[in-house]
Amino acid sequence: MTDPASLGTAGPLAEASHDLVAGPAATTDGPERPRSLAADAWHDLRRRPLFLLSVGLIAVLLVLAAVPQLFTSVDPSAGDLARSRQAPSAQAWFGYDLLGRDVFARTIHGTRVSIIVGVLATTLTVLIGGSMGLLAGFYGGWIDGMLSRFADVFFGLPFVLGAIVILSTFRESVGAGPVGITALVVLTMSALSWPVTMRIMRSAAIAARNQDYVRAARGLGASAPRVIWRHMLPNCLAPVLVYATIALGAFIGTEATLSFLGIGLRDPVVSWGVMISEARDYLRVAPFLLLFPAAFLAVTVLAFVMLGDAVREAFDPKGR
Amino acid sequence: MSSTGTEPILQVQDLVKHFPVQLGVVFKRTVGHVRAVDGVSFDLRRGETLGVVGESGCGKSTLAQVLMRLEPPTAGAVRFHGEDIFGKRGKDLKALRRQIQIVLQDPYTSLNPRMTVGDIVGEPFEIHTEVAPKGERRRKVQELLDVVGLNPEHINRYPHQFSGGQRQRIGIARALALRPEVIICDEPVSALDVSIQAQVMNLLGDLQTEFGLSYIFIAHDLSVVRHLSDRVAVMYLGKIVELGTEDEIYNRAAHPYTQALLSAVPVPDPSVRAGRQRIRLTGDVPSPVNPPSGCRFRTRCWKATEICAEEEPALEVRQGGHHPSACHHAEEQHLLPG
Repeated sequence: MTDPASLGTAGPLAEASHDLVAGPAATTDGPERPRSLAADAWHDLRRRPLFLLSVGLIAVLLVLAAVPQLFTSVDPSAGDLARSRQAPSAQAWFGYDLLGRDVFARTIHGTRVSIIVGVLATTLTVLIGGSMGLLAGFYGGWIDGMLSRFADVFFGLPFVLGAIVILSTFRESVGAGPVGITALVVLTMSALSWPVTMRIMRSAAIAARNQDYVRAARGLGASAPRVIWRHMLPNCLAPVLVYATIALGAFIGTEATLSFLGIGLRDPVVSWGVMISEARDYLRVAPFLLLFPAAFLAVTVLAFVMLGDAVREAFDPKGR
Repeated sequence: MSSTGTEPILQVQDLVKHFPVQLGVVFKRTVGHVRAVDGVSFDLRRGETLGVVGESGCGKSTLAQVLMRLEPPTAGAVRFHGEDIFGKRGKDLKALRRQIQIVLQDPYTSLNPRMTVGDIVGEPFEIHTEVAPKGERRRKVQELLDVVGLNPEHINRYPHQFSGGQRQRIGIARALALRPEVIICDEPVSALDVSIQAQVMNLLGDLQTEFGLSYIFIAHDLSVVRHLSDRVAVMYLGKIVELGTEDEIYNRAAHPYTQALLSAVPVPDPSVRAGRQRIRLTGDVPSPVNPPSGCRFRTRCWKATEICAEEEPALEVRQGGHHPSACHHAEEQHLLPG
């Protein structure tokens, strides 16, 4: 941390001046402690306000998702038509929805499903698309041809049409349990979205494959897995990581779209998407029905995008 | 390592590398071949430096890639200590990798930007685990950094924190890690400042003495090659047109192409420069997809006659000459002053 360039981005002044004092002392102590890129990135991340803010938000959301009972003792599915569409009050902070259910309780309980759907769909998309893109880009030739045409088939399916077909076909077979319904939606979204990640990864891999450092590694006798893992992946990950953070937000929104169409999540599953779609018809008479789940959705997406941005910057050694 | 300087360590025979030119998206058809390397033969002796010069696109770098076994050859043979390198697979190939290493041209792209210097220079030890036990690797890497003139304390820095010359030293340290017998230098200094070029070349020279290395030193700059080379091969359009000792090439060049190159070498003395004979070549290098018949240089040669178009001149010692040149009208000439 004696590098003067890092001081400019170090954030709080107090921290920076602390570094100035600590820096020379650390170097006179002995040779630098060996640090991996990940450790370096972590060291760097800890002093970024954007990162801390987004991590804080995500931490809160994760706690909400894990233990919603801590924040509300109201049953999210208990409705009383007598209090239908009542405005927010001291008793129900976010008001009541059409069926007289507590919007606050539903929003809190909806966090879990929305985040699970977003995270799982993104993870699956990145894993499937990323590994296929990496293999296609690295090996080229007929492997690339085969994988690319396979991806084109999925890419050619219009998302909504494909989702309607898949979801309505398997709707009966997954039953009425919340796990089955959620898993089906996640799988459908990943199956229809991975070609984008694959193309991003493939183009990054093709660019990396022809780099001199890959040539040098092959000249040293590095095996294909080593070249892929040590040289290609770290240099191809950045664009996919950025896409993944955007996709995470988009997936939470897509889940809302599918729910609105009546083919995505549905009762008894509570999610922000389900709530937003329910609120659409009463936007003018009861805007708070849309406001609260939509606000949670927006903040969640923002937190993940900020996190992704900070992580990408930290892992880019040129920025250090 | 002995340095008798006579026994060939690497023998290259009629090496050919053609790249197919393909059209079409799904069904590719080959419409021609880029003859990047088209019948190249030479020997490399132990402890010597063979310079390879030629202008851009003459196949120098392809030659390096094929010798490194990064590209498969179209035809020809390369023998290392008498063993064919293209027949090697698996374990044998890995053992060969320890003996032949490369220093690449661009110090900005030849180092993985996401690895520390310690990881980059230490990677050879991770791949060839038998060379150094795990606990010793860090010390070995620091020794290597010291050998190439870098601060061993900088082991945890990233490539972007170094200058171009320092980065090239890192590349040299990586090539040196496995103690190879042959290092192929693919234009190692052409991306560097002139002042840094001299430092890196001196380093390469010192390392050669210290470790008994043999170099194949590829460059497009005759004066750079002269500084290091014992023998020089001049390439034009995938073929060696002249091969000789440093003295033979620089003071008694026989091939018109070599003469033209030499006459373009800058001379720092204005009084000598004024009376100097300049040979200006006209036209461009012909396409390597469709090279001229006979002698490939004839389209730009002022000596060209009918025989040049009909008969391809072999690389052999010509009448009145002392070293092989591929020209029907070879004539030794002294062009460089001093």
